[in-house]
Amino acid sequence: MLETFLFFLFAVLAVAGGLGLVTSRNPVSGALWMVLCLFAIASLYLTLNAAFIGVAQILVYAGAIMVLFLFVIMLLNLGALPALGGLTPRRLVSAALTVVVLAQLLAVVAIRFTGAPALPTADVPVEATSTEALGIALFTDHAFSLEMIGVLLLAATIGAVLLAKRRFV
Amino acid sequence: MPVDLNWYLSLSAVLFTLGVLGVLLRRNAIVVFLSIELMLNAVNLSLVAFSQAFGDVDGQVLVFFVMAVAAAEAAVGLAIVIALFRNRETVNIDDISLLRG
Repeated sequence: MLETFLFFLFAVLAVAGGLGLVTSRNPVSGALWMVLCLFAIASLYLTLNAAFIGVAQILVYAGAIMVLFLFVIMLLNLGALPALGGLTPRRLVSAALTVVVLAQLLAVVAIRFTGAPALPTADVPVEATSTEALGIALFTDHAFSLEMIGVLLLAATIGAVLLAKRRFV
Repeated sequence: MPVDLNWYLSLSAVLFTLGVLGVLLRRNAIVVFLSIELMLNAVNLSLVAFSQAFGDVDGQVLVFFVMAVAAAEAAVGLAIVIALFRNRETVNIDDISLLRG
């Protein structure tokens, strides 16, 4: 019963954050709605026994990436955007496409995963997905990928500095 | 009423659709970036749910890598936004749709 309550609580928070991001006029408030959504998703990771991923989500996404976004938004000093007003043909097509995407995804979930295995409940600790198992998998089976991610982050850092330099090409 | 895999997958689908809606509706490049991050998070949620449902830790490993790539993408993407704003004084993606300077 507690799991059901927690799932719905955080699901409602996540969807509210996503809606706030899409509908807010000011980019700063949109980014703050996104932070709410990220925290709700991190809590959902905790309900799925993925403690390390949940903490990494808060540290990396809500702590680092969103601060970077807010920093850039305030650096550019943009004014408030015009409200999402009239129904132009492009917006109608966008809404129709979105409904099609949602219908497809939910149809796949309904058709393919109705007989899926039930999730193990929280009072049965699942050793296979614990932080220790995640660390062992990262540093044995996926050690090469882990090193490559480090190289990728270095390349991205150098590229970002070059792109944002004042006299670029 | 136990929480099963379907609920997490449905929530993931709804969040992904919200991200698609943001990319299609909004014209601010930074908000479009944030919507892409929302889509990445929706996929991460479904990966963690699968990882828990099948007792396999590889789903969480993939989520870890997706987070690292998203961090790199955000750094490069925001640097591009800053460079564009310096040249054009706008972040409206309708005004910067051409690749030539």
